[in-house]
Amino acid sequence: MTTATKTATERLKTRAAEEGLLDVAYTTSDSPFGPLLLAQTKRGLVRVGLPNQDQDELLVDLAGRVSPRVLEAPAQLDEVRRELNLYFEGKLDRFDLPLDWQLSGGFRQRVLRAINRIPYGQTRSYTEMARKAGNERAVRAAGTACGSNPIPLVVPCHRVLRTGGALGGYGGGLPMKQGLLELEGVLEDQSRT
Amino acid sequence: MTALPPFQTVLDEHSAAVMAILHGAVGRDGAEDCFQETFLAALRAYAKLNDAGNLRGWLLTIAHRKAIDHHRARGRNPVPVAEVAEVAVENGIPEPDEQLWAAVGGLPPKQRAAVALRYGSDLPHAEIGAALGCSPEAARRSLHEGLKRLRKELA
Repeated sequence: MTTATKTATERLKTRAAEEGLLDVAYTTSDSPFGPLLLAQTKRGLVRVGLPNQDQDELLVDLAGRVSPRVLEAPAQLDEVRRELNLYFEGKLDRFDLPLDWQLSGGFRQRVLRAINRIPYGQTRSYTEMARKAGNERAVRAAGTACGSNPIPLVVPCHRVLRTGGALGGYGGGLPMKQGLLELEGVLEDQSRT
Repeated sequence: MTALPPFQTVLDEHSAAVMAILHGAVGRDGAEDCFQETFLAALRAYAKLNDAGNLRGWLLTIAHRKAIDHHRARGRNPVPVAEVAEVAVENGIPEPDEQLWAAVGGLPPKQRAAVALRYGSDLPHAEIGAALGCSPEAARRSLHEGLKRLRKELA
């Protein structure tokens, strides 16, 4: 891309945001676990892509499910990036970000909203989450809801474990779940023992 | 019907071509404004676009409309007068003919784009083909059909 085109593209994005044409703004952000994809709508953060997920696929999915007006606009996500960086440095224990829940509905959304209330450094079981969402017997469905969490990290599905304390699963891979729980001081840091 | 890709992909793939064609059509100074007007218009219409089949041709058609708007805004078009004088000529190029361009605007999209790219931007068939996502031969045919139709309508 030539410099002229690059400048024109930057201004275009500012104007698109001003005119309300930016339905989905996204950026990538570094984390100790690898690059994250962050996407938000006018309502709030709608999608966090973990390092093991294909970013192009996530963007195509957002274009199909939210709106095809998807543009890379890092400035729009400054606050999200700032809070995540502080979180990874262990300096932030509660995100204060507007969320857009539109990618999960019904029971799944109720599970995820319950997960969103688990405090930093604590864990809950899948069974408890199923109960909080209104159906104690739907433990498997609660597990699926965690697995399909569109806003991981910020909606802390890594704080949900199996009854008895086994890690269970994680969309970003178990080493990442382990790492997040170490960061929050729930698990002992394996690398230091 | 092809699903619409994220608009960022459209921008990445076609912004250079749009900029190049606008440079040709309105010059360096007008190109950036036209570029933004083109992509803002595209972004406005994008969510309701039915077919992602020929996004490049679609964008270049919008770019051409914006280039024509730009020339209009700069007052380069003929102003109606009581008595028609000689045709004004600037640098050996006659002023755009309102009636002719209106007829061009009424052509089917591919013919319209081919005519605009050939005579508005002075592109050769191969580049028109590249811009429209078809072969030079198909571009030549679209141009030919477009001109045939214009001759008939303006006869």
